[in-house]
Amino acid sequence: MSNIRLTARQKTSSRFFGAVGAIIWKDLAAELRSRELLSAMLVFALLVTLIFNFALDLDPGTRRVATPGILWATFAFAGTLGLNRSMAVEKDRGCLDGLLLAPVDRSAIYFGKTISNLAFMLIVEVVVLPVYSVLYNMNLFNTGLIVVILLGSIGYIAVGTLLSSMAVQTRTRDVLLPILLFPVVIPILIAAVKASSGFLQGLALTEVMPYINLLIVYDLIFIAAAYMVFDYVVEE
Amino acid sequence: MITVKKLVKRFGLKTVLRGVDFEVQEGEFVALLGPNGAGKTTFLRILASLSRPSFGDVRVAGHRLPAEAAAVRSTLGVVTHLPLLYGDLTAEENLRFYGKMYGVFDLRNRINEILELVGLTSRRRDLVRTFSRGMQQRLAIGRAILPNPEVLLFDEPHTGLDQDACDMLDRLLREVAGQGRTVVMTSHDLARVEDLASRFDVLSRGIIAASTKRNELGKNNLLDFYRNSLVGRA
Repeated sequence: MSNIRLTARQKTSSRFFGAVGAIIWKDLAAELRSRELLSAMLVFALLVTLIFNFALDLDPGTRRVATPGILWATFAFAGTLGLNRSMAVEKDRGCLDGLLLAPVDRSAIYFGKTISNLAFMLIVEVVVLPVYSVLYNMNLFNTGLIVVILLGSIGYIAVGTLLSSMAVQTRTRDVLLPILLFPVVIPILIAAVKASSGFLQGLALTEVMPYINLLIVYDLIFIAAAYMVFDYVVEE
Repeated sequence: MITVKKLVKRFGLKTVLRGVDFEVQEGEFVALLGPNGAGKTTFLRILASLSRPSFGDVRVAGHRLPAEAAAVRSTLGVVTHLPLLYGDLTAEENLRFYGKMYGVFDLRNRINEILELVGLTSRRRDLVRTFSRGMQQRLAIGRAILPNPEVLLFDEPHTGLDQDACDMLDRLLREVAGQGRTVVMTSHDLARVEDLASRFDVLSRGIIAASTKRNELGKNNLLDFYRNSLVGRA
């Protein structure tokens, strides 16, 4: 009996991970062909970086202080573009209903969309960082900074995917997402900017750790909250 | 197969369904008719577990909604006027994606069978966005029957199709329904559903206003039945 129960549980979890994997594969395959989402995010992010470079004619000392803010403003705005587009693709052709009709736990849809959105955001960050390094003449290849960018992006996308699946149901989705998202991600942006700044200024790890811990806790809380409420958010 | 008792659906202060009683036997093909705004799509979305009932008892294939929604979804195939397909994936990739979402066994062979059935084998590697509306709708039916569901829900599947595409769709619907499946289809087009369905129910102002079986109707009497059932209600 226990063997049978275990098999049923394994079957459910294999179906769950199969669905998560299928959504990630579908998003990446579709994006590889259309390049709609990534190109919009990349052009936007590079333009913002370039504009800041010309607008703030900074000396090396000020540059080090301003860099975390410029980087996170760029990532946050480019991320919002990607989140909006990623859910709009599902809604416009009714595909969101197609996903919701699948006989799997609906949190699989959330995790699938979150991981593919995160992949798009990380690709943008991988392109922006070297360009920023060249334009601002700064070395950004710092392990601590990369960990902060990863943790900050996870939290931002975890909340963003949940809120974009709410916003996409409304007629004003493009305007609504940033209005809903930015107040909720303020803690993560503050922690990410402070931690990035700490690493760039070469502060001791003990001074940066509170912000890293805040990022980890925020990520865990919002992933857990999204897991619990996603079903209700996407249902009429 | 489907039992609905005293179903009420409210959106805020607006009541769309006002106590619907509805029953479909296994293998029956029911056409749900009604004017715009009667609540047909809302009713079908509740059966498909895409919307929660405000009150009432809804059971599909023995499973209660919304408590056993996942079990209900495993018995359903749904086709709407939107194809629910990804334009940037090929026909085969779309079916493979949905097959994985539904956990379809022996997916490769099943995809071949479905593409053969809907007549799209030669276009299997073409992007869906290059398909005509009729081809997309045929592939949408393929997507719906991919996991071999017991119940099919069609919400205005003929919308936006030309005459030839509608005829082709009807042939496909007959073939799919003829495999012993239970079908509920909403439509405005009485001439089309007259030959397809075995029972006709009229939904008006949020309740089932009338119901009749095809063998109880005389030839070409569906229009009269429909009009009479709306008298004093429209």
